[in-house]
Amino acid sequence: MTIPVRPARTPAEDAIAATLQARLAVAAGQGGLEGRLGELSADALEAFRAHGLPNRRVEEWKYTDLRAAVRDFPPLAGTPGPAQEAEAAALALDVPHAARLLFVSGALARGASDFAGLPAGVSALPLDAATASNNPLLDRIGSLQPDRYDGALALNTGFLGEGLVVTVEAGIKAAKPVHLAHVFPAGEAVAGFTRTVVVVGEGAELTLVESFTGREGVAYQANHAMELVVGDGATVNLVRLQEEGAAALHLGTLMVELGRAAKLNVFSLVQGAALSRHSVYGRFQGTGTNLGVRGATLLKGRQHADTSMFIDHAVAGCESRELFKTVLSDESHGVFQGKIVVRRDAQKTDGRMMSQSLLLSDNAEMDNKPELEIFADDVQCGHGATVGTLDDKMLFYLRSRGLPLKEAERLLIQAFVGEAVEFVEDEALREVLIARMVAWLEKRAA
Amino acid sequence: MRQRHGVDARHKAGHDGFQNDAGLGPAALTFPPGPAVAHQRTPHMLEIKNLHARIGDNEILKGLDLTIPAGEVHAIMGPNGSGKSTLSYVLSGKPDYEVTEGTATFNGQDILALAPEERAAAGVFLAFQYPIEIPGVANMQFLRAAMNAQKKARGEEEISTPDFLKLVRAKAPDLGITQDMLRRGVNVGFSGGEKKRNEILQMALLEPKLCILDETDSGLDIDALKVVAQGVNALRAPDRAMLVITHYQRLLDHIVPDVVHVMHKGRIVRSGGAELALELEESGYAAYGQDAA
Ligand SMILES: Nc1ncnc2c1ncn2[C@@H]1O[C@H](COP(=O)(O)OP(=O)(O)OP(=O)(O)O)[C@@H](O)[C@H]1O
Ligand SMILES: [Mg+2]
Repeated sequence: MTIPVRPARTPAEDAIAATLQARLAVAAGQGGLEGRLGELSADALEAFRAHGLPNRRVEEWKYTDLRAAVRDFPPLAGTPGPAQEAEAAALALDVPHAARLLFVSGALARGASDFAGLPAGVSALPLDAATASNNPLLDRIGSLQPDRYDGALALNTGFLGEGLVVTVEAGIKAAKPVHLAHVFPAGEAVAGFTRTVVVVGEGAELTLVESFTGREGVAYQANHAMELVVGDGATVNLVRLQEEGAAALHLGTLMVELGRAAKLNVFSLVQGAALSRHSVYGRFQGTGTNLGVRGATLLKGRQHADTSMFIDHAVAGCESRELFKTVLSDESHGVFQGKIVVRRDAQKTDGRMMSQSLLLSDNAEMDNKPELEIFADDVQCGHGATVGTLDDKMLFYLRSRGLPLKEAERLLIQAFVGEAVEFVEDEALREVLIARMVAWLEKRAA
Repeated sequence: MRQRHGVDARHKAGHDGFQNDAGLGPAALTFPPGPAVAHQRTPHMLEIKNLHARIGDNEILKGLDLTIPAGEVHAIMGPNGSGKSTLSYVLSGKPDYEVTEGTATFNGQDILALAPEERAAAGVFLAFQYPIEIPGVANMQFLRAAMNAQKKARGEEEISTPDFLKLVRAKAPDLGITQDMLRRGVNVGFSGGEKKRNEILQMALLEPKLCILDETDSGLDIDALKVVAQGVNALRAPDRAMLVITHYQRLLDHIVPDVVHVMHKGRIVRSGGAELALELEESGYAAYGQDAA
C-alpha cells in the first residue's frame, strides 16, 4: 500500500476548502444545512481535503487537468436581484411550449420560474423547501453517487443548497417538456452550484431540457449535477444544451439509474465554456432497459470540452448506445472517454459506443479513450473512435455546383453532427438544437 | 486549404512564366483569323491553349489545345487514361491538379484563376464520371443551396421555396428522379445510372453555359440514355456550349456533335466532324499510338 502523496494545495484549492469550511460553520450556527444536506456537504469537504481538484495523475481526468486549469475560486453568487432575473430570463434558451424553471448564477429564481405551468402529475420542489419539510425524497440525494471520488461532483455536493427535486407520478405522460434553464448574467465572476434530483415514477414519461447559458467574457464557474431515477417501464428524454459564455468553467455530472424496461434517451449539445466537463454515470438496475446517450460538441478558439461516460451493466439484457460527434476548429481540444462495464451477471448485454471527430484545423486536438470491461460471456459489445477531416472529394463536388467553400464545409459538418441529432425524437427540440448548431456554423463561416 | 492555396499560387506563377517565355503579344493575337464583327457574334466560349497539368509528379495534360465556340457541341473521345477526366477536372477547378503552362479562357475570362465555386457561378458545369455520395446532405437541400449560391454570386435574387419546388417537380420526373431520391442524401443509395441522371437534373436546374459531360452515358440503360440525351439536347442553345466526353458512338447518335476530337496522351491529336466518331468505332485508337507520344 502506498499512501498518496498530495502535492501542495493550489490557491484555488485553498480558497475552495476555506469557503466550504466557512459555509458549513455558518450553517451549523444558523441551522441552515442540517440533516442530509449538511452531512453530505461535510463528507464532501473531507474528501476534497484529501483529494483536491482532479488533475492529470487521476486516470479519469487525465486529459482535463482541473487543478492546473482552475487558478482561482470566485465568490459564491448571492441572491439574484430583479434586474439580474430579467436579464437571465432574456438570455435563457427559448424552448417552445416548455415549462421553464430558471436558475440565475446557481440560485433558483422563483419569481421568474413557471411553477404554475408544470404539466399535470409533475412537481418541482426547491431544495430548501424540501429540507424545511424534511421531505423523504432528500434521501435520494447522493444515492447515485459513484464509489470513486469525482472532484467535480464533490464540489457540487460540498456546496449543496440550491436545486430542485422533480417528481413525475407513476403512469403520467407529462404533457409538455420541463426546461431547467441555468443562466449566468453579466456582472462579477461568481461560482454557482446546483443539484437536481429527478424521480420518474413507474410507467411515466417525461421530456426534460437542461440548458446552460451565460454572458461572454465573464469567468464564472458553473457546477451542476443531476440525479435521475427512471422507474420501471418509464421513458425519459433528456436534452442538454451547454452554451456557457466563452470564459466560463462548466462542470456537469449526470447520474442515472434505470429500472426494469425503462428507457432513457439523452442528447447533449456542447458549444460553450472555455473549459467544460460532462461526466455521465449510468447504472442499470432492472433488465430490458434501453439507454441512449448521444451528443455533439462544436468547439472553436482554445476551448476544451470533455465528455466522460461510465456505463455500468449490472443486470442482464440491457441495451446501451453511445454516439458522440466532436467538431474541432482552431486550437480547440476535445476529449471523449467512455467506459462500459459488463458485470458477470449481465448476460445478453448489448452495448455500442462510438466517438467520431472531425478536425477542421491542424492545431485542434482530440483525445479518445473508449474502454470495455467485460466479465460476462454472452454479450454483444463494441466501441470505436474515429478522427478525420472533411472529405476533399465531397467539398469539391459541392463547390463545383457553386457552393462557396465555407458553405460547403457547413453542409458537411451539419451532416456529420446530424447523424447524432436525428436521435432526438421530439421534433421541436431537434429544431431548437439544429438552430443552435447552425448559429455556431454561421458564426464560424462569417 | 493550404494545399489549395499552393495550387493557385503555382498556377499563377506558371501562367506568368508561360507568357514571358513565349513572348506572346496582346491576347487578340491568339484569336483565330476572321472578320472582327463575325467574331464578336460567335465568340469562342472556351479557348484552351497549350495546357499542361500535372498531379504530383505525373504530367497528364501535355500541351492541349481546344476551342469551342458558343452554340456548339464538341465530343472528346480517346483511350482510357488519355486525360479526358483530367481535362474536365482542371476546367472545373479540382484542387489536386497543378497547371504548369498554358491558358484556358471562358468567354474571355481566365477561368484557371477562379475558385471552383466562382467557375460554377460563371457557368461552368461538370457532370462527373463518378458522382460521389454525400450522406446527410439531402439532395433537395443541396440543389437549392447550389442554385441560390450561384444566384447570389451573380447578384441575382434567390429562388423562393415554392418556385424551387415547382421547378424541381417540372424537371425531375422526366429524368426518373423520384421524390424519395430527392429526399435522400445526395446520390446516397442511387444506382450508377440514377447518379448520372441526377447529374443531368442538376445541370437542368443550374442552366450552365458550359456543360462538360464526362462519360455520362456509361452505366445508363438504353432508355435512360435517350432520356439523358433529351435532357442535354433541351439545353442546346446559341449561348451555350457542350463538351461531351464519351467512349461510344451510341450517345452521339442522340447528341449529334458539331466537332469530334480525339485525345491521346494529354493532347488533342485529331479533330473532325461527327463522322470521326464512326470511324473511331471501326478502327479504334491504334493509329494514334505513335504520333502522339
Ligand atoms: N491522383 C492521381 N495520381 C496519379 N495519377 C493520376 C491520378 N489521377 C489520375 N491519374 C492518371 O492520369 C491519367 C489520366 O487519367 P484520366 O482519368 O484523366 O483519364 P481518362 O481519359 O478520363 O480515362 P477513362 O477513359 O478511363 O475515364 C491516368 O493515367 C491516370 O492514372
Ligand atoms: Mg475519365
